[in-house]
Amino acid sequence: MLIMPKSGSQNNGWLEKDLPGELAADINKLAKEKKLSEAQKNKLMEELSDRYSNSQVTPGDAVGIITAQSLGEPGTQMTMRTHHFVGVAELNVTLGLPRIIEVLDLRKEPKTPSMLIYLKSPHNQSREAADKIANKIRQVVLGELKKEILMNISDYSIFIKLDREELTMHHVSFDDIFNILLKQLHGYVVEKQEGGIVIKQKEKEIKKLYKLKEKIKEMPVAGIKEISHTLPIRRGEEWLIQTFGSNLKSVMMVDEVDETRTITNNIVEAGQVLGIEAARQVIIDEITKVLEEQGMPVDHRHVMLIADIMSQTGELRSITRHGITSQKSSVLARASFEIPLKHLIDASVVGETDQLRSVVENIMINQAVPVGTGLPGLIVKMKEDSAAVEKGKKGKKND
Amino acid sequence: MTDIYLNGSLIGTADDAAKFVETVISGRREGKVTTLLNVYHNTREDTVKLWTERDRVRRPLIVVREGKSVLTDEHFNKLKTNEMKWSDLVRMGLIEYLDAAEEENAYVAMTPAEVTKRSTHLEIDPIAAFGICTSMVPYANFDPSSKLNRGQKTQKQAMGCYALNFLNRMDTAINLLHYPQIPIVKSFTQQIYGEALSSGQNVVIAIIDYEGYNMSDALIVNKASIDRGLWRSTYYRPYVTEKLRYPGGQIDDISMPQKDIQGYTLEKDYRFLGEDGIIAPEIDVSGGDVLVGKTSPPRFLGKLEAFSAAANVRKDTSVRVRYGERGVVNKVIITESEDGQVLIKVDVREYRKPEIGDKFSSRHGQKGVIGRVLPVEDMVFSASGMVPDVVFSPNGLPKRMTVGHLIEALGGKIGALAGRNLDGTLFQSEKVEDLRRELLSLGFRDDGTEVLHDGRSGRQYKAKIFVGNVYYMRLKHQVADKLQARARGPIALLTRQPTEGKAKEGGLRLGEMEKDCFVAHGSALLMKERFDSDKTIQWICEKCGSVAVFDSYRAKAYCLCGEKAKVEPVEMSYAFKLFLEELRAMHMRPKLILKDKY
Repeated sequence: MLIMPKSGSQNNGWLEKDLPGELAADINKLAKEKKLSEAQKNKLMEELSDRYSNSQVTPGDAVGIITAQSLGEPGTQMTMRTHHFVGVAELNVTLGLPRIIEVLDLRKEPKTPSMLIYLKSPHNQSREAADKIANKIRQVVLGELKKEILMNISDYSIFIKLDREELTMHHVSFDDIFNILLKQLHGYVVEKQEGGIVIKQKEKEIKKLYKLKEKIKEMPVAGIKEISHTLPIRRGEEWLIQTFGSNLKSVMMVDEVDETRTITNNIVEAGQVLGIEAARQVIIDEITKVLEEQGMPVDHRHVMLIADIMSQTGELRSITRHGITSQKSSVLARASFEIPLKHLIDASVVGETDQLRSVVENIMINQAVPVGTGLPGLIVKMKEDSAAVEKGKKGKKND
Repeated sequence: MTDIYLNGSLIGTADDAAKFVETVISGRREGKVTTLLNVYHNTREDTVKLWTERDRVRRPLIVVREGKSVLTDEHFNKLKTNEMKWSDLVRMGLIEYLDAAEEENAYVAMTPAEVTKRSTHLEIDPIAAFGICTSMVPYANFDPSSKLNRGQKTQKQAMGCYALNFLNRMDTAINLLHYPQIPIVKSFTQQIYGEALSSGQNVVIAIIDYEGYNMSDALIVNKASIDRGLWRSTYYRPYVTEKLRYPGGQIDDISMPQKDIQGYTLEKDYRFLGEDGIIAPEIDVSGGDVLVGKTSPPRFLGKLEAFSAAANVRKDTSVRVRYGERGVVNKVIITESEDGQVLIKVDVREYRKPEIGDKFSSRHGQKGVIGRVLPVEDMVFSASGMVPDVVFSPNGLPKRMTVGHLIEALGGKIGALAGRNLDGTLFQSEKVEDLRRELLSLGFRDDGTEVLHDGRSGRQYKAKIFVGNVYYMRLKHQVADKLQARARGPIALLTRQPTEGKAKEGGLRLGEMEKDCFVAHGSALLMKERFDSDKTIQWICEKCGSVAVFDSYRAKAYCLCGEKAKVEPVEMSYAFKLFLEELRAMHMRPKLILKDKY
């Protein structure tokens, strides 16, 4: 705890120094605006400085454990409550404990990848405009555009009858589809015919023909890959698009999309496309979203700590034995968490040294852990050094 | 063409499956084939499966023919006059047992009134859908099924009179309730399974919060009720030992052990032993006291050792009262075991009054422990001077929705006032409206509430309090069996850490999560102290980093790597030292690098 000097003009600079520059500047600005007297300003400064220093973590605080406990305890209640939220009006996104686990484990493919696509004005002004973009972005498979797909077993051909209305709705022309089919289907004869396209198979095998039919149905013809559903939703004043499926890179290329705000819930993808800072923010947002949705007030800074740990090396690391635990410096700490033998053998092969600097190792050997009261040590000066004595005296004064 | 399987293997085909099944069933009813046969026609698979295997769960149903039950009044009369038996009904095909498969084809009517042309069987009684214990819950159809499940479980844990010949038995760890009562509100099944062996007592409960001593499912119990013998019990534990013979003509000796034998404890532990080395009945004993003095010959005798002086030291293998238990020796039996050895059984009984922490339950899964034993003068009381035995918290009701508990209380009240038993059998119990009317005619409010007074101030409560009689059971979980704490005590040989478990006078483990709390609070030094239970000082060689040898004769430590190497005492947990040794056993050589601490 800082000992606060009594307010007075001579202490002005001292106080300002302890507050972050931005905050001090804000106070100065406010004081000018509200026309505060010097004394009032100092009082405000003192109060703020007091609160600021009080809200700081004290040296030796076990922030990691406190974070783990702060998230872990509500997590136990979350498991019990998840099944209460089944059908939600919007797209059904994984929430609750499973989602938290997904985020911390850094799953490459989340169960429900989803994007929030912000649109540039004027596209975000009405539902219709947003709907139009949503239709454009959504991946369309051929099966959706057909009126019917007919199998002709006698000459081993398939006739695709296309729906004109659907075609115009999804901005796809007849020729587009023809070209896609031509490009995708090798070894088949693709021909235009009245009202549709005929595909002829050379082999005389019905099973194969049937498989071809199923394949054609799933063939993407328009929109962006991976994005299987889109839903315009209203957030405040503007309309935006929520998607099921994620493809950040391609979506950001779409002209109408506001690429500065559009985001995916796939952390790994966000990291690849936008960089590590974006990934960190997605981790924070995703965890906060789950916690808020479950009505669990967890301090924001705990979530931030997790995100920081996961992204601090510039590469994403999961909170598993493959991620941060594998990079702990202590052999004993690693061995105490999952597969001990492997870690011990590896360490003995290279002759690793454990510096016993963290908590788990010191508990194992029954020494005071370097946290809290166990952190400070006694410093003994062996030699009388005149410079050091001078310095010590000075230090005392400041204390 | 339908395939026909017998016990899972194909035995033939039938052209008309329905007719085949009909023939088999009628054949079974007429006694042409065994009644143990079940037949199942799977119309979806178009197969007929016959089963005669064992271990199928089967249940009896009344056969219905042409929309009428085949069981008539004539049969009932014959049953009453003992002219007929159950087995006759089964043999005659009036009642048949269906297994899970054949039930798929059956169309079972619940009550005779529900029998239609389609029906194939009639349920003997709707209660047959429930098990023995569940059907003993009164007004069970007013409780949620989950609570019935628990109510059923607690009945199995209840103390009672488990067998009428208990005085002649030697069962392991038995609790016996002193004055078991027949429940006022009982179900039809209770009569079948025997009222003599009921396992609880009817108590008066008032449903109020009383100074918080009944929060979180706790109960406040009237001390006067306990003093009058409510819920008292005896706990029996037999101790058994056998006089064994060993190879080489050695034999156990049952007698007062000599003081110089191995494992001899304090002299006072043996004070109750008689001349024959066995305790006499009706002696007060407590943990550690010897019941049977027994010595065994030393084990693993090698050829050489047989001549040494140590060979003749016998071991004390006396039977002692368990740690933390006490009681009175109930009876001593000396008999012969199956192998013809001398067998001694000593039964110890302990008399137990209900105390704070003992567990009780009604039959509706409303279980709780005693939170306070309140003197009668402090209990709530009614204008007529009635003082309840138990104060139950109203907070136990809304979430659990055990309405049956309240109706039982209402019914119990009537039973106590009118002096009769009530039928609470589920689905056919006495109607609640009738109960309320009867209660009104007995001079009480029809909703079961009464005007009560605060026990300490005597002031009348503004609210009317619900009072009724409920059948409460004393469960076998008692604090006397579980309460344990220790400061110092035995340690495990290998790890030098405190033992675990009550029987071994074990410590309470400061677990992983508790450890995390110490770290979170930053109380590192306090945590170190808590983990000091296996603290040890090891001499470590500064040169080679391994554990050094301590020569206690010369009071000097040295390392095997050379006389000159400097060794230092290092404080560590014994578990860590063990860990280092285990690593060495795995061909890894851990080395401790010493550094000045400050």
